[in-house]
Amino acid sequence: MIAYALRRIALAVPVLFGVSVVVFLVMALIPGDPALAILGAFATPETVARLNADLGLDQPLPVRYLIWLKGVLTGDLGRSYALDRPVLDEVRDRIGPTLILASAALSLSVFFGLAAGVVSAVRQNTAFDGAVRLLLLVGISTPSFFFGILAAQWLGVELGWFPTGGMVSLFGGRGLFDLLHHLVLPAVTLAVVATAIVGRLTRAAMLDVLRQDHVRTARAKGVAEDRVIGVHALKPALVAVVPVIGLQAGYVLGGAVYVETVFQWPGIGRMLVEAIGRRDVLLVQGGVLVVATLYVAINVATDLLQAALDPRIKT
Amino acid sequence: MTATAIEAPRSQGRAGALSRLVRQPLAAVGLGIVGMFVAAAVLAPLLPLADPDLAEPARRLMPPLSGHGLLGTDQLGRDVLARVVWGLRVSLAVGALATLAAAFVGSAIGLLAAFYGRFVDGALMRLVDVLMAFPYLLLALGVVATLGPGLMNAAIAIAIANVPFFARAVRGSALVVVGRDYVEAARMAGLSDLRILLAEVLPNVLPLIVVTAATTIGWMILETAGLSFLGLGAQPPQADLGSMLGDGRKTLAVAPHVAAVPGVVTFLLVVGLNLLGDGLRDLLDPRMADGRGGAPAAATAVERPADRCPSTATQDADPLLAVEALTTAFDLPSGRHAAVREVSFALEPGGSLGIVGESGSGKSVTALSLARLVASPPGAIVGGRAALRGEDIFALSFEDLRAVRGARIAYVFQDPSTTLNPVMAVGRQIAEAVAAHGGVAAKAAEARARELIVEVELPDPERIFSAYPHELSGGQRQRVGVAMAVAADPEVLIADEPTTALDATTQATALRLFKKLRTERGAALVFVSHDFSVIEALCERVAVMYAGEIVEEGPTREVLQSPRHPYSARLLACAPKLGKPDRALEAIEGGPPPIDGRPQGCSFAPRCRIGVADCAAGPIALSDLGGGRKARCIRVLEVADGRY
Repeated sequence: MIAYALRRIALAVPVLFGVSVVVFLVMALIPGDPALAILGAFATPETVARLNADLGLDQPLPVRYLIWLKGVLTGDLGRSYALDRPVLDEVRDRIGPTLILASAALSLSVFFGLAAGVVSAVRQNTAFDGAVRLLLLVGISTPSFFFGILAAQWLGVELGWFPTGGMVSLFGGRGLFDLLHHLVLPAVTLAVVATAIVGRLTRAAMLDVLRQDHVRTARAKGVAEDRVIGVHALKPALVAVVPVIGLQAGYVLGGAVYVETVFQWPGIGRMLVEAIGRRDVLLVQGGVLVVATLYVAINVATDLLQAALDPRIKT
Repeated sequence: MTATAIEAPRSQGRAGALSRLVRQPLAAVGLGIVGMFVAAAVLAPLLPLADPDLAEPARRLMPPLSGHGLLGTDQLGRDVLARVVWGLRVSLAVGALATLAAAFVGSAIGLLAAFYGRFVDGALMRLVDVLMAFPYLLLALGVVATLGPGLMNAAIAIAIANVPFFARAVRGSALVVVGRDYVEAARMAGLSDLRILLAEVLPNVLPLIVVTAATTIGWMILETAGLSFLGLGAQPPQADLGSMLGDGRKTLAVAPHVAAVPGVVTFLLVVGLNLLGDGLRDLLDPRMADGRGGAPAAATAVERPADRCPSTATQDADPLLAVEALTTAFDLPSGRHAAVREVSFALEPGGSLGIVGESGSGKSVTALSLARLVASPPGAIVGGRAALRGEDIFALSFEDLRAVRGARIAYVFQDPSTTLNPVMAVGRQIAEAVAAHGGVAAKAAEARARELIVEVELPDPERIFSAYPHELSGGQRQRVGVAMAVAADPEVLIADEPTTALDATTQATALRLFKKLRTERGAALVFVSHDFSVIEALCERVAVMYAGEIVEEGPTREVLQSPRHPYSARLLACAPKLGKPDRALEAIEGGPPPIDGRPQGCSFAPRCRIGVADCAAGPIALSDLGGGRKARCIRVLEVADGRY
């Protein structure tokens, strides 16, 4: 298992290299004068020239990449001119709220997705199964931004059960309850689609495993049906579901963009939307790079979890 | 062999695809929704709608049905109905365009990677890996950041983010096609690469491309609308569903309809597209369908007519196992058909019965019926009884049945590579069989499992205990299967072709093991096989099955020496015999009748050389020939004379 883990981690290195090239190129290929794009239309010729020299924009592309990469590896992601502070500081402040939101949403979707998928597979073709399947279909088709504004309006503004914004800082001294209270609506909104995807896949995987011969063997031994479902069917089904849970981690990290905007959550998604709006290119670059790196790490963890579940993988 | 043999043949013709699609009710609903929306979007210029861009500040934020347009007006006094139809037109067009672009680029990458392999494949797939290393929406955001906000840029960004899905799916499917003979032949014939790709490979992966597009278009429309909602897509005065929703959000408290109308339309459109996509996938690529065919219930359904389930009280005089007129049927599209008809036999402690027959003869279904392990649906026990010491197994509650399974009737299955749980250590699987019937602590069950591993003569018990099935050889896995079966000391051991998947040497050791266990434990044995020689070595009695019926039964040695049914006789003539290499082997012309096409009279009559008119006239009874022998034939005398 350790050898497998090391090999899997080593495989992530070229992917991270590729990610850095893509992030670099995306920003380097911005049409027009990048310094103008960074500084905005009202920049003076002097500041443009200074920035060009700062960024090494007068150098050929590969050299610029190496300069940029050296900066990245030493923790220098450049400077947001609009915010007048280092990109790394801003990203560091914003990543925490996003991680809390995304992990809450992912936990909800794994729990409810697995439960819905397992129970509806076991009760296949009953009214319950029909209702769950319909609900899951509705779930994957829900525009989370629409769901978000409806939830904010109804449960937040009209019923006043939950705050619809106002999360300024995570540890502002108002305690865990305040955090959770603010977290409910955004986390549920973000979890809807992911729950439905996990649920649909779990149901399909469970039905697939329940048809397999080894489940019949367990029943022939007289194993209790709860155990047949919970151990003999669920564990092999999880082997198929875990990679999709990894994909959902990517979905909630991306979908956080909508939810953070709707609920004014001070995370990295809202930061990116605002940065794109004012063409704060270096901030976008830094944010995307950090989140993508995080996602690569999540994918490695997912693969390791899958290997832990299925002994056939780590050969 | 049970489930696959009876699966309905799927007609694969493209003709009538639409009618088959519509026959799935959910897909039909999806088609209806999508059709309606597409029609509205296409016909928007012709529909009697107000000008969607005509602002009338005097009638701002009018609610629906207030006399100012059917669905009211927005914050600038524009007609919401007209705007949503035009917005739908924009969203559909952009979504379709993005899907086409992603499908084209992604499929091209997948095809080229599969076709050229090696370096091209490696380079393209690493590129796809890198794209997939970004959270989906973040990649799109990065692209929008580069190109600048705008509807077309948003569509390009969403298309790029979806390219990897198409590339991966198409590559996987194309790899199979590229390896086929006709592609190789086309290469030999000197056809150009482009021509081979377009004429030979593409048509074979096209259904997959269509399915992938159909299942992602809803998603792409949703995400493009999302970017517009964030203000990164459609810019005023251009409006799509997402930007309308974003505008409406500002007046949600006073005029919820301005946001709700585009929101509901987006939702319904995507529901429709997803229903349609699921339907198309089921139609074009049944392997990807979720939950098709269904999972079998915990026990085979018992649906006996009242007059065919005699109930009797338990008596000591009752035989250990008595099967009476067992009939098990399968529900096929053409109706319910009996796979096993009126099968009867009895066993005493220590007794042994072999059931022999070809694939599809019903021998496995008979064996599985005894503990209600036939997959159900489609299977059901529709007649007869199986009594264990006089108690009808088919009448037991599920919990009582579970107490019988493993503890009183245990099974050894055919293919140990699929019948063991692949993700559970085999020692735990054996211990589970010990512990399944209560009263055994976990530690004790594990200790017993170790003993059982030794008993079935597996080497290195400690290693085997913690090994997974894939780490064992076929013969070792089969011993694990045997250890699980004998774990709870069953009264009846049912072995369903346990040696078929093994090579000859392993088979011989396995048979020796069965013999040993039978003598040591005194369990009754039902041994299913297609191989007479295996049954000869193990069983006192044999029943020969053909087309779901027992056609001959008797002491094994006598049946082998002088069969009384022409089918048994011919089957024996087909088998090679050790020590008689020169013997001419026969084959029986034709094949057994399919489950839904069995004749009225003798099922073997169409293949029989000595058949007469009476054979096909009606059902033939299993007649008692004396001396414990039975045969279902009206010409037993001719067979006994060797004329068959």
